[in-house]
Amino acid sequence: MSETQTIAVEFKRVMKSFGTKRVLNDVSFHVDQGQALCLLGRSGTGKSVTLKLIMALMRPDSGEVCVDQDNVVGMDEKHLSLVRKKLGYLFQDAALFDSLTLYENLALPLSRLTRKSKAEIDDVVHRVLTDVGLGTDGAKFPSALSGGMRKRAGLARALVLEPKILLADEPSSGLDRITASEIDELLMRQRAERGTALIIVTHDVRGARRVADRVGVLDKGNLVAFGPVDEVSQSENEVARKLITE
Amino acid sequence: MRWLSKIFEFVGKVGLFSLRVVVDGFRSPFEFSQLGRQLVEVGNKSLALIIVSGFALGAVMTLHTRNTLVMFGAAAMIPAVQAVSFFVEIGPLVAGLLLAGRVGSGIGAVLANMRASEQIDAIESLSIDSFKFLVVPRVLACVIALPFLTLFMDFAGLLGGFLSEELSSHIAPTLYINRAFDYLQWSNFIAPTLKTAVFGFIIGSVSSYFGYTTEKGAQGVGEAATNSVVLSSLLIIVADVLLIKCIFFLFPDTAI
Repeated sequence: MSETQTIAVEFKRVMKSFGTKRVLNDVSFHVDQGQALCLLGRSGTGKSVTLKLIMALMRPDSGEVCVDQDNVVGMDEKHLSLVRKKLGYLFQDAALFDSLTLYENLALPLSRLTRKSKAEIDDVVHRVLTDVGLGTDGAKFPSALSGGMRKRAGLARALVLEPKILLADEPSSGLDRITASEIDELLMRQRAERGTALIIVTHDVRGARRVADRVGVLDKGNLVAFGPVDEVSQSENEVARKLITE
Repeated sequence: MRWLSKIFEFVGKVGLFSLRVVVDGFRSPFEFSQLGRQLVEVGNKSLALIIVSGFALGAVMTLHTRNTLVMFGAAAMIPAVQAVSFFVEIGPLVAGLLLAGRVGSGIGAVLANMRASEQIDAIESLSIDSFKFLVVPRVLACVIALPFLTLFMDFAGLLGGFLSEELSSHIAPTLYINRAFDYLQWSNFIAPTLKTAVFGFIIGSVSSYFGYTTEKGAQGVGEAATNSVVLSSLLIIVADVLLIKCIFFLFPDTAI
């Protein structure tokens, strides 16, 4: 298999601004299938925007964002829908649907996007909830869940369609270290068992060291360092070095 | 002149948003389960408010009109006045305004909260058209539920009026009903009731617009709720004037 065939996500000279503020400036990188990339950087440096560009929830001002070889920029809704089926997204605050139970949150994409029967959907939802340690909580509404449980539920929903690529926006934020480690374990297991590519936005350097093959450091919209953790920790860029060695 | 162009821009955005509701309403997949949920939210949960308000309004209206009509020797007209005023104008308009307050603010706040907490992005990320999933069923629910709620308001008003009159003159129920419907034609009843579907469309579209398009996070939730109620109520009153003109044009005999 050639190198280009294994690329899961690729950014090519991507620019993105909000008003006069440029949040991504000529950013290029790629992540191979089965690899884990952690994006680090101070708040407001464009990390979450990067994930939203991959999911095509935003459009860049210029450049290309390729998911599994397909450029999602300017793609019509019909094709975008097919691309999004390859992606799972764990939102920062899980973004579970308040009006639905945990079971319904997970069953919704399965009933809408697959031809599974009710019994098959029940099986999948139960299995995924059990995988994240919420096997007995399917009937609960999101408001009844703790922060850690919500994160795990958000992860379960992101994984329920068995995506090739998983995007996670600060999966450990607001969690104690033990719960954060559990989330990291779940992410690593997903990658090991299914070969899922992971792109994780995080402030948790310790978690990034455990999970990531490569890290990227964003500063003022620029990708100032990109590579294996040890390499970035020796970077000439002070912000990157400080972030990794803190 | 900048404010004028802003007004036109806003009107254009709301107009395009509403047009998209109409277009998407006829495109599959149809969100029947969401429509069911919203009908319960809009219809069932508004029923108590509508019935109690209609009943009270009916009783109060009879108390106010009674003295005047008795003075002119037209006490027998009280049920007819009550029925015509409720079925033709008070029922549809008050039901619309009440729904704008209860449901409009709810739709605005819920959608704005979903936007602020990235739930709308989450729906999109699951390859589900968030507009069809969230907005269209809400607007449709308002369009379907409001005419029925209006009927409940009309009859609750009539019941309130009857009880008020019964306490004053001990009128028999059958006599009250006969007198009430003597002067009422089908066109007095059908056209004004159906016009509330337009009120429902206004409430659903305007409230959804403010909620769905908010960009101000938590602050936007409150603003969306307030703006939804204010603009929906205003547009209902304006639309009422235009619709009454249309009804008079289509059914000249209703122009009493």
